[in-house]
Amino acid sequence: MIEDTLAEEMVETARPDTVKLSRRTFVQLLGSGLLITVTEGVSLGQGRRGGGGGRSIPVAARIHINKDGTISVMTGKVEEGQGPRAQLSQAAAEELRVHVDLIRLIMSDTGLVPDDGITAGSRTTPSTVPAVRQGAATARELLTDLAARQWKVDPGTLIVREGSIRNEATGKTITYADLANSANVDDAFKQSVSSDIALTPVDEWKTMGTSVARPNSRDVVTGSHKYPSDIVRPNMLYGKILRPPSYGAKLESIDLSKAKAVKGVVVVRDDQFVGCAAPSSLAANRALEAIAKTASWKTVSQVSSRQVHSHLKKNARRGGRPGSRGSVKKGFADASKVLNETYEVAYVQHTPMEPRAAIAEWEDGKLTVWTGVDGPQRVQGDLARTFQVPSERVRVIVPDMGGGFGGKHTGEAAEEAARLAKAFGRPVAVHWTRAEEFTWAYARPAAVIECKGGLDDKGSLIAWDFTSINPGGSAIDTPYRIANTAILSASSDSPLRQGSYRCLGATANNFARESFMDELAAAAGADPLAFRLAHLDNPRIRAVLEAAAKHFDWPRRRRQATADVGIGLACGTEKNSVVAACAQVRIDRRRGRIKVEHVCEAFECGPIQNPANLLSQVQGCITMGLGPALREQLQFEDGKILNASFAGYLVPRFKDVPKLDIQLMNKTDTPSAGAGETPIIAIAPAVANAVFAATGIRVRSMPMEDALRKQL
Amino acid sequence: MDATITLIVNGQKRTVVTDPERPLLDVLREDLDVMGPKYGCGEGLCGACTVLMDGKRTLSCITPLGDADKKKITTIEGLADGDRLHPVQQAFLDEGAIQCGYCTPGMILSAVALLKENPRPTDEQITEWMNGNICRCNGYAKILNAVRRAASQIKEVTRS
Ligand code: FES
Ligand code: FES
Repeated sequence: MIEDTLAEEMVETARPDTVKLSRRTFVQLLGSGLLITVTEGVSLGQGRRGGGGGRSIPVAARIHINKDGTISVMTGKVEEGQGPRAQLSQAAAEELRVHVDLIRLIMSDTGLVPDDGITAGSRTTPSTVPAVRQGAATARELLTDLAARQWKVDPGTLIVREGSIRNEATGKTITYADLANSANVDDAFKQSVSSDIALTPVDEWKTMGTSVARPNSRDVVTGSHKYPSDIVRPNMLYGKILRPPSYGAKLESIDLSKAKAVKGVVVVRDDQFVGCAAPSSLAANRALEAIAKTASWKTVSQVSSRQVHSHLKKNARRGGRPGSRGSVKKGFADASKVLNETYEVAYVQHTPMEPRAAIAEWEDGKLTVWTGVDGPQRVQGDLARTFQVPSERVRVIVPDMGGGFGGKHTGEAAEEAARLAKAFGRPVAVHWTRAEEFTWAYARPAAVIECKGGLDDKGSLIAWDFTSINPGGSAIDTPYRIANTAILSASSDSPLRQGSYRCLGATANNFARESFMDELAAAAGADPLAFRLAHLDNPRIRAVLEAAAKHFDWPRRRRQATADVGIGLACGTEKNSVVAACAQVRIDRRRGRIKVEHVCEAFECGPIQNPANLLSQVQGCITMGLGPALREQLQFEDGKILNASFAGYLVPRFKDVPKLDIQLMNKTDTPSAGAGETPIIAIAPAVANAVFAATGIRVRSMPMEDALRKQL
Repeated sequence: MDATITLIVNGQKRTVVTDPERPLLDVLREDLDVMGPKYGCGEGLCGACTVLMDGKRTLSCITPLGDADKKKITTIEGLADGDRLHPVQQAFLDEGAIQCGYCTPGMILSAVALLKENPRPTDEQITEWMNGNICRCNGYAKILNAVRRAASQIKEVTRS
């Protein structure tokens, strides 16, 4: 017997129908007057880019003054934990001269927002923040003009503060909300956002530059925020997709009858696509397992992770012309010492905490999908093509989602859910399992990087040949002063589906370059810090390197020798920000473990827009970077991932977090750059260099623990 | 075979007639519309699905519904007292210890369970206890601060 006096009896055998997200809900969401915005947003959203595409959009597509005094701001950007919701709210508040709490940011709903491009490549800060600021500043000026016209004064005499326009001469004030109620703001907001409007200078920022918290944080800690995988629709089913047993396998036959026989289960086959759906995920799973047993597949041979680096090397398309300076041939001929080394990087997965999820619903030939993707407009276009409907008939909504790290650019789950929903005539949710996410999401590319460096008799670096196979070209160039260089990014034949990741190729290229710089420093008999500084002109990189080293107390700690403890450093630049890290490691020789004990990282990305969020990004990047540096790697054989689980794929946990000292450098005389990626690129090489200092063993392969064990 | 199972979810008696082998996580989410507990791995390795069962930290993804019969289940939705957040929730806000926030319900409930058992944990004890909870945004540093802060605040409350 349950005794609970507060308990209220409820009997449920099925899901209670949830409230339909109707037009009325949207009105509540945006405030009154929204219907205009909805219709305009839909038509304006198509093909217009507000955040970097260059073409300008009407103010109404960006800003809506609600009659209750709040202000809706529309953006195509997606919140996946890196902070654009706070940052873009701050940007709008700054230029509108209102308190940030009044901003209601409407994000990533193709029915409501302009296309700001995919949320990737650290573009929110340099592209979307300015676009939102321009929209907000234009709105402020238009509102000021309306007030001036009403009062028949020169708009230049009016002062805007806290959402009120004030005529200093008469003492009269009018609020934005008053104007929205009285004057024809809708008409005024048809004007285009002005791209040359003056924006608030950094030294006058009131809201930007402060640590505004994520506006919906409270919903997150109370559990009321709905992630893509939390969305439910009336009459919804849970869908499961049949996956091939290995990459490239083709379905030859399958018997669907076992699934069809189960009450409540529906199943569909369309050539290679087989999916079923049921009122619970367990029922859908069981039905899928039953039919999967009857499937016959034609498999193809696949490269395994053990051969992957030789495969990439063999298939490298080196045809491209290297970016070059001087003559490497002459440089190496003049060199008194030449080093030649190859570095390797394994495939890794993003493993955001929330796997891919989507729920799709067809109504009157219109498709609505709630899903977790970085590019809602892109997925809208993909769905329109797949289902051969005009893109106005597809709406993609991305609720703030559970992480991405570059791994959710594509809309696989959205398409799967839409196919099932179409076949079954009911809304269907498809939630990928962790194993599916490990196996079928694209991976960060593996890499083989060949480095050759030449030193003259004074220990100066005079020749540099760097060929990076497969990871992509970001941060491939060397920031060091070297007279003769040849730098080539070569593509190859990737056995795994590969794609973006936090700072993508820069993680591999920086690992190789900064490790190799250490090897060259050792060959030159120089201190790694002094050797770098001697070749470094870029004042921003010098500044972070010197700051990290000073704060870490590099010179003193270099002199200190403790068995199996070592320190290392590395620096780099990418996406217009600069980073340097010093790390201390302790080696457990018996267990072959590398414990990273202390990391001091300095980072600079121009004027800091939100210090607390920036700190989270830098801390997050360092700790995330430790994963692929030490342990993360996809192992595969015969087209199967062997470690598609957190049991065999080891991501950083609490125990792996080192003592973190972070120096955020605020540089106000350059434009702000994005900061969610570059802080990841210095940690792996700093650790590799520390391992060398601790053991005398040079580990040239990520993940490093495996590689170190083989050499211990 | 379906069975009738009764749970007390956040103080409310809820009865479901369903397959008792289904994971508690699925039933909370799919039948009872309690979305706070999240799916992260389904095999007890990430902590995203953490709930309290009779006050004890429980991974709902590997708990068959049958094992939860007649038990008190607390999810993130049941922690606050009306508008007043639980000190651990408040500490997560105060420390800004959320990025995407998907791990947050599990983190908070794990921390609540810890502080119930050990109101004055050392950093090592927090790290040890929380090690089963993964945050892929890697916000561990601030989460640790939040747990420390909550511990100090709970102590103050108990003293006063
Ligand atoms: S979902 Fe339960 S531990 Fe990961
Ligand atoms: S905040 Fe994103 S997983 Fe922890």
